[in-house]
Amino acid sequence: MKSGSNLERVLEAGHFAVTAEIGPPMDCNGEVVLEKARLLKGCADAFNITDCQTAVVRMSSIASAVLVMREGLEPVMQMTCRDRNRIAIQADILGAAALGISNCLCIAGDHQSFGAAGRLKGHPGAKNVYDVDSIQLVSILKGLRDDGRQQGGDEVEMRPPLFIGAVWTPLGDPIDFRPFRLAKKVEAGTDFIQTQGIYDMELFRQQMKIVREMGLHERVAILAGIIVPKNLGMLRYMNSSVAGVTVPEELMGRMAAARKAAGEDKAQARRNQEEEGIRITVELIEQARETEGVRGVHVQAIEWEQKVPEIVERAGLMPRPAPSPAA
Amino acid sequence: MIVAERKPLEEIRGFIEGFERVLVVGCGGCATVCLAGGEAEVKIVGSALRIAARKEGRRQEVLEDCVTRQCEPEFVEQILARVKEEGVTALLSLACGVGVNFLAERLGDIPVFPGLNTKFFGATEELGVWVEMCAGCGNCMLHLTGGICPVARCSKSLLNGPCGGSTDGKCEISPDVDCGWALIVERMKRLGTLDELAEITPARDWSSSPHGGPRRVVREDLRELAAEAEEKSVAASR
Repeated sequence: MKSGSNLERVLEAGHFAVTAEIGPPMDCNGEVVLEKARLLKGCADAFNITDCQTAVVRMSSIASAVLVMREGLEPVMQMTCRDRNRIAIQADILGAAALGISNCLCIAGDHQSFGAAGRLKGHPGAKNVYDVDSIQLVSILKGLRDDGRQQGGDEVEMRPPLFIGAVWTPLGDPIDFRPFRLAKKVEAGTDFIQTQGIYDMELFRQQMKIVREMGLHERVAILAGIIVPKNLGMLRYMNSSVAGVTVPEELMGRMAAARKAAGEDKAQARRNQEEEGIRITVELIEQARETEGVRGVHVQAIEWEQKVPEIVERAGLMPRPAPSPAA
Repeated sequence: MIVAERKPLEEIRGFIEGFERVLVVGCGGCATVCLAGGEAEVKIVGSALRIAARKEGRRQEVLEDCVTRQCEPEFVEQILARVKEEGVTALLSLACGVGVNFLAERLGDIPVFPGLNTKFFGATEELGVWVEMCAGCGNCMLHLTGGICPVARCSKSLLNGPCGGSTDGKCEISPDVDCGWALIVERMKRLGTLDELAEITPARDWSSSPHGGPRRVVREDLRELAAEAEEKSVAASR
């Protein structure tokens, strides 16, 4: 075992892994994180704590990770390259490891101009860092863990036991380059991969076929990303505005039909769409599970975390394997 | 070239308001090529400032000049001489930031103000459109990326391929911005060198870039030549 994390153990034991996401609040209210943790406890093997996602200031990933650990959940701390240089990144990683965090997901991070896609002000005038990219970040973590070396070459006496993750956008452009990008992440030393949200399972399976031909699925645990759709508007938005996400017409049609079935009753239309969204999610999870080379799912219910236990239950993935004694 | 854009006249007027004799200096280099601070623009700015001064009833004389390049000693000499001879009390430089700095270091107690916003190292895409193509990072890696620069043309300066934000060849920051990595991938496909991108580019040493502190280039061979020439002329004058 590289890290002894629960996520690593679950994957190692050959279980189909489940991770979920917890978005920290935009203030210092730790109770929000604890409440989400209590809602989600037991429905996944580890919980991603986002790192100022969509380039909006939120409670730090490291602090939120420690909070969810208090509730007995295992965090996957996300670390973006946008806000820290290699000095700060390594310092935070060592600190996180000292606090008992054992999974880290390496990501480039949304550009600071993103500001929640215009829904919030954010900090578009910020100076970004990008001293290293996500692949280099993976290499740095691997160096700390396996070689006992900081990126600069100095020795690390107590090595951080980390389960190293990275993301993959299988359906992003340029699409034929995407499997090669995954190969680089694997080569750099990624232990697990969480993909961008997938709705177009057909296209994803084509990409996975290439991944299998390259033998990458044997070298890294790929968890398919599933973003829970709440309504037609969200699906349309994801399709048009989120890079690397395409939503097949068929799914949008189903959601539209669910809304239409409620007639003029708006509350019913909302409930219908939510139910259809959960049905779609459960189906996507099942389809991902049937895809060779996929070893788990990463379920993202954005600001709708309370639905994750029901989704995982309905997907037949409960109960989760008992957490390791260390977790 | 270094691409620059003129500051709004309102802002420029604010800089020079209290000065009696202002010299507007253009530059015949990049600022001329990008139509921001050459002879023609000096005339426009000079006239606008004179009209403004007259309108506001200010006593202000606005002089004009344009030199070959504001970034070399031999060309700025004439400016320094003119400042002295004509009692210029302030300069407005229509060169890039280099020109402003270069003059500032040589002007004693006379202030120099920037008339342009210096943008980037770029090229003319079409008339009226300039695009950034080099970040001046000091350690060129264009041989690895088909001649298209990821440092300058990827919004995140990623060195190992496109992030998840690339859509239809455009960057996540704006549909008007090309994804630098989409350009690189396309270019390397054409060159038949795409497989070279499989190689991981390690974390780079940014000390050659502005992050390493203000930079200088010293060419000892040229310095020796200059010293030799100096010796010869001294010898000849004896």
